[in-house]
Amino acid sequence: MRNVAIIVRRELGSYFATPIAYIFIVIFLVLASWFTFYLGGFYERAQADLDPFFSFHPWLYLFLIPAISMRLWAEERKSGSIELLMTQPVTLWQAVAGKFIAAWIFAGIALALTFPLWITVNYLGSPDNGAILAAYVGSFLLAAGFLAVGSFMSALTRNQVVAFILGVVGCFVLLLAGYPMVIDAFHSWLPQTLVDAIASLSLLTHFDSIEKGVLDVRDLIYFAMLIAYFLIATAVVLDVRKAE
Amino acid sequence: MIKSEHLCKRYESLTAVDDVSFEVRPGEVLGFLGPNGAGKTTTMRMLAGFIAPTSGQASICGHDVEQDALAAKSCLGYLPEGAPAYGEMPVRRFLEFIADLRGLSGARRARLGYVIDRLQLEEVLGQTIDTLSKGFRRRVGLAQAIMHDPPVLLLDEPTDGLDPNQKHEVRTLINEMARDKIIVISTHILEEVDAVCTRVIIVARGRIVADDSPQGLAAQSRYHNAVSVRLERPEHLTAMRAAMAALPAVAEVEVSDRESRLTALPRRGSEILPAVSELAARRGFALKELHLESGRLDEVFRTITA
Repeated sequence: MRNVAIIVRRELGSYFATPIAYIFIVIFLVLASWFTFYLGGFYERAQADLDPFFSFHPWLYLFLIPAISMRLWAEERKSGSIELLMTQPVTLWQAVAGKFIAAWIFAGIALALTFPLWITVNYLGSPDNGAILAAYVGSFLLAAGFLAVGSFMSALTRNQVVAFILGVVGCFVLLLAGYPMVIDAFHSWLPQTLVDAIASLSLLTHFDSIEKGVLDVRDLIYFAMLIAYFLIATAVVLDVRKAE
Repeated sequence: MIKSEHLCKRYESLTAVDDVSFEVRPGEVLGFLGPNGAGKTTTMRMLAGFIAPTSGQASICGHDVEQDALAAKSCLGYLPEGAPAYGEMPVRRFLEFIADLRGLSGARRARLGYVIDRLQLEEVLGQTIDTLSKGFRRRVGLAQAIMHDPPVLLLDEPTDGLDPNQKHEVRTLINEMARDKIIVISTHILEEVDAVCTRVIIVARGRIVADDSPQGLAAQSRYHNAVSVRLERPEHLTAMRAAMAALPAVAEVEVSDRESRLTALPRRGSEILPAVSELAARRGFALKELHLESGRLDEVFRTITA
């Protein structure tokens, strides 16, 4: 645990040592507000909730989260610092977890900075703050899911641009797994049970229910397993390819 | 102790390291030599636990590098090839990060200051590693490797890119640490061998082709115990050459016209210095220089690895 904490601290420090962190946070906040007020019609709906804010998060994250995760391992491999890290008394697991948690905390900081919206909606009316909290939790979990996918994609390549594109595509497929555009690709050649299994992997379905304010254990388990699966995959890929 | 037993690393079409076995004991400074691509770095990476061998085993201080990886890594300071580091970090933060990972707390934390002092890093502590010169980068890499005062050091090209003063400084550091540590340095700079190593392993195409002391290796040279002379008067060159070649113990005489230097190579096992100096005195050839060679490592290196 101590090593994980040391790695988390180093990673977080690195985010803020470069302009990336500030640019990311500003873009995230601007886009999130823009979606909320213009596309979501926050005022026109005349309802005291944050539904127009949260419902765009999957689409916002689709491009912004891979921008965080692309450097996780691709950069380490490109610069060779992975050799330095992996020859310290640190396990591969501690490194994978530490880098993931740092990225997740960073995404959490960006998300927490949207608090003025929560103040606004409380000033304008009396929203269901429990539902808003649940939606924040859902959004935070969604970010974690995308980050885990992105971490895996980043481990596959030394090139950050490739990692970004793979991350977007990977997240997009998972997001829409339950929707015709993904399902149709499998319908013709996979048995129905497998197609159903793929459909049930859809991130959007699970996010939607949390976003509505329902924190179901099944959704939490889904996210936990998704994250664990992709982090294990990250470690497996790194174990084989870290020196390449 | 470092123990490598039949280490092999195969990639799809290439055998990078082929059945490499050796042991290194405390007090030894092992120079790991070989042409580029001979498998030096791959061997170092396997010893450091960064890549897994295809077959064979290695252990550091009795800890198997695969089965007992963390214990092995704790005993080990490793400078990877090219001294990679986190470029966006300031030097001080980077070294603190390493000290944290190495568990240097309480009184042992003083080691951080010692290492900064020893490698003269004070002036760049606030600079990010990306902005450092090659020499400082390498020194940061060395600082990282010796941070926890490990009993075993693996240094992959520790003086690459340093100027002569910095090279001297690093070699002094290595010599200081050599007394109670095991040090393996990979290099293709042969002067380094004379400066720091007590033992040399030469690898070529993934195999060990020589394992000897620097003196032992030099003795394999054609130039071992060769005598070279420079004459005061260049017009004596031809006569001296003929006279030297006529000595029974001399196998061959080489001429370097540029310096009017003659080098007499002895037949195997013979001493020719007294004969040559006596010859010059007898014939009245004044000598500017008379020099006994111990052998040329670069020539041995080329012969062995060709």
